[in-house]
Amino acid sequence: MGRLQVVPLLEVVRETRDTVTYRFRADIGGLPGQFVMVWIPRHDELPMAFSYLGPVKGITVRDYGDATHAFADFLPGHRVGIRGPYGNAFRLAGENVLAVAGGSGMASVIAAVEAFAQQGAHVTTAIGARTAEDLLFVDRANASGEAHVATDDGSRGFHGFVPALAEKLMDREKFDQVLTCGPERMMKAVVDAATKRDLPVQAALERYMKCGIGICDACAFDGQLVCLDGSIFTGDQLARIEDFGRYRRDKSGRRVPV
Amino acid sequence: MVDLRTEIAGLELRNPTMLASGFLDETGASMARVYEAGAGAVVTKSIGPEPREGYLNPTVVELDAGLLNAIGLPNPGIVEYEGEVKRALSSGAVVIGSVFGKDAREYADVAAKMAGYGVAAIELNLSCPHAKGLGTEIAEHEDAVLEFTKAVKDAVDLPVLPKLSPNVRDIAAFAVAAEKGGADGIVAINTVKAMAISPELKMPVLANRFGGLSGPAIRPIGVRAVYDIFEEVEIPIVGVGGVGSGRDALEYIMAGARAVQIGTAIIPKGLGVFNEVTKEIASVLEEIGLKSVREAIGVAHG
Repeated sequence: MGRLQVVPLLEVVRETRDTVTYRFRADIGGLPGQFVMVWIPRHDELPMAFSYLGPVKGITVRDYGDATHAFADFLPGHRVGIRGPYGNAFRLAGENVLAVAGGSGMASVIAAVEAFAQQGAHVTTAIGARTAEDLLFVDRANASGEAHVATDDGSRGFHGFVPALAEKLMDREKFDQVLTCGPERMMKAVVDAATKRDLPVQAALERYMKCGIGICDACAFDGQLVCLDGSIFTGDQLARIEDFGRYRRDKSGRRVPV
Repeated sequence: MVDLRTEIAGLELRNPTMLASGFLDETGASMARVYEAGAGAVVTKSIGPEPREGYLNPTVVELDAGLLNAIGLPNPGIVEYEGEVKRALSSGAVVIGSVFGKDAREYADVAAKMAGYGVAAIELNLSCPHAKGLGTEIAEHEDAVLEFTKAVKDAVDLPVLPKLSPNVRDIAAFAVAAEKGGADGIVAINTVKAMAISPELKMPVLANRFGGLSGPAIRPIGVRAVYDIFEEVEIPIVGVGGVGSGRDALEYIMAGARAVQIGTAIIPKGLGVFNEVTKEIASVLEEIGLKSVREAIGVAHG
């Protein structure tokens, strides 16, 4: 199952000023929403959701810290360690789907958007970013349905945060499935908006991880484990999880605000 | 009906399985979940005096033989940990507090605070094989095991159970030292010092380079250690290392253990492993004509 494989990068694509896609072949399966632990040799090992499925898999990584910064200099042919896939997957139930992504959360959402489209669902994707330059996978989302964008600075599309755009879309038509990935407070707003309208909703959570396989308790989420019980949680589950949108665990296990 | 209850230094357990330290025990809610899944007791993550982040990843390597880890003793520190212990206790769980420090005074201070939170016993992590200056040196000197055990015994009114390292020439001698220090029981074994290398990257996989091996590969090492310790001390023994079935548990029990701890087997089996092990212990004991776990303890010594 999750044995470590060290594989060369086949392709490295800069998506935005701080976000890069890495493509590789590994002898593993993978479903939308699942993740792999990616060993960036000499730097760190981090959980990354699939942004591309199929024989040549992909992950799309925002440069947010030392290890991801070093990773940004990796070139095709450089080797990384991959183990997984881990976690549950987005449940692909629904005919008229709203996908809401904030920032690099689009990396995880796009795999589900394409899977929904392939099975014939109508998919509307709301993509949020700080500026027009930071928007991720708008073309891919358009190819799988209808893409709407929101930017914090108004440089493209809706001027404001993506949950507000998502609420407008929810009031415009009747969706039967909502999924979301992005900063946690953003997801909380989307989950609350969907729940208020009695729409089923799934959110892809992110937590600091060490093992990825359900033993170390680093990603503990009120008795649930993000790596094993998640990383996708339903609105019903999240309603019972006090930490959602409020607390995470730091590397030492202390409960701190998100 | 086979009587599955067991007792270690006055601590009564509903069955002889415990959650091993380092697994699903950094948070109270996770420990509660493990207890509710059927463990007889849960041992906390090893807690030190201050918050500690542990090592950079990779911190675990899954192998055919088991699990290699060098997590590096991450923990929120004993002060912050109070809420986690209380949360676990509120579920009714029997909680054993695992502690570490850099010297006898730190062990005693952390243990005293842990005792104040309401745990049922103290486990001393004297043997983490991969944390510099913490445990390793202690585990390699019998007189230090004696001294640290004594310091903690003087600081708490609870059963004190030193957990011993297999990375020594004669583990039974360390058990004897712990007993002389006043230990109420022995936990054996901690992980076996080990390494994995990536040929493609020409480097060790773990960020810490070496770590501790757990899982099926170390079970025969643990069973032998418990067998040897049983010959040398009077105090009860808790067996740990590669238990994933009732038959595995009975190897330890027949070598002399009164209970076993389970950790790595959670990876393939999930939390159902505790009930599964307990049920298989009962069915094997019944098959061989024993009426209780108690009757099976140490029988392999003839």
